Amino acid sequence: MDLAYFHLIDRIADLDIGEKTIAVEAQVPQQSTIFEGHFPGYPLMPGVLLIESMAQASGWLLIALMKFERMPFLAAVKEAKMRRFVTPGELLRIEASVVHEGSGYAMTQAKVSVGGKPRCNATITFGIAAFPNADLRGHMEAMAGRIGFPQQMIAHG
Amino acid sequence: MSSTFDRVATIIAETCDIPRDTITPESHAIDDLGIDSLDFLDIAFAIDKAFGIKLPLEKWTQEVNDGKATTEQYFVLKNLSARIDELVAAKGA
Repeated sequence: MDLAYFHLIDRIADLDIGEKTIAVEAQVPQQSTIFEGHFPGYPLMPGVLLIESMAQASGWLLIALMKFERMPFLAAVKEAKMRRFVTPGELLRIEASVVHEGSGYAMTQAKVSVGGKPRCNATITFGIAAFPNADLRGHMEAMAGRIGFPQQMIAHG
Repeated sequence: MSSTFDRVATIIAETCDIPRDTITPESHAIDDLGIDSLDFLDIAFAIDKAFGIKLPLEKWTQEVNDGKATTEQYFVLKNLSARIDELVAAKGA
């Protein structure tokens, strides 16, 4: 993870297009200015960043299902539950599955676990749109390479 | 009125917390009921699930933006219900 840049996914561990599921790993850093404020003397991974991590995992799943031709944008978060604290240095496994693929939107369910035990979960809605510009598309392709997104799933042209 | 309208009205009432008795076949989901695009995604999701279809929201939006259709054609509830019936019939054909 690189919290300052909102890089909340380290690598894709499993991506199953047929089952429409993804599992990713993310190592919470030991040090971050975020932990200096949240909270002094008791560092905790903020819940909003855990939600973002579930959204990013879900987003990569949706991008894969759309063959990298369109981009999901976070639209709504429902039933987000922070069940147990996440602390610096923990290795997160974030899993997501598709609940529904609508016209121009999609919904996923996602959860974060550590050592097989659940820490949080949410139901997330995304709006689906064309990549708004080449810069973002290029950034996402670079990110895809960094996290081990299957390169054969990236449509070109 | 058709059972499709009743089901849609119930979905809207429950999804958007709108009193059921204020929802009529002539209601415009956006203009009369005040449903915005994000809330309409929840309605579309519920309709997709309830009827086993996929409301073509992107196609409809594009047609409206291109001036080829009016919002009334898709978002007045009696018309929305008719579109749903067509999609259900097409699925079963």
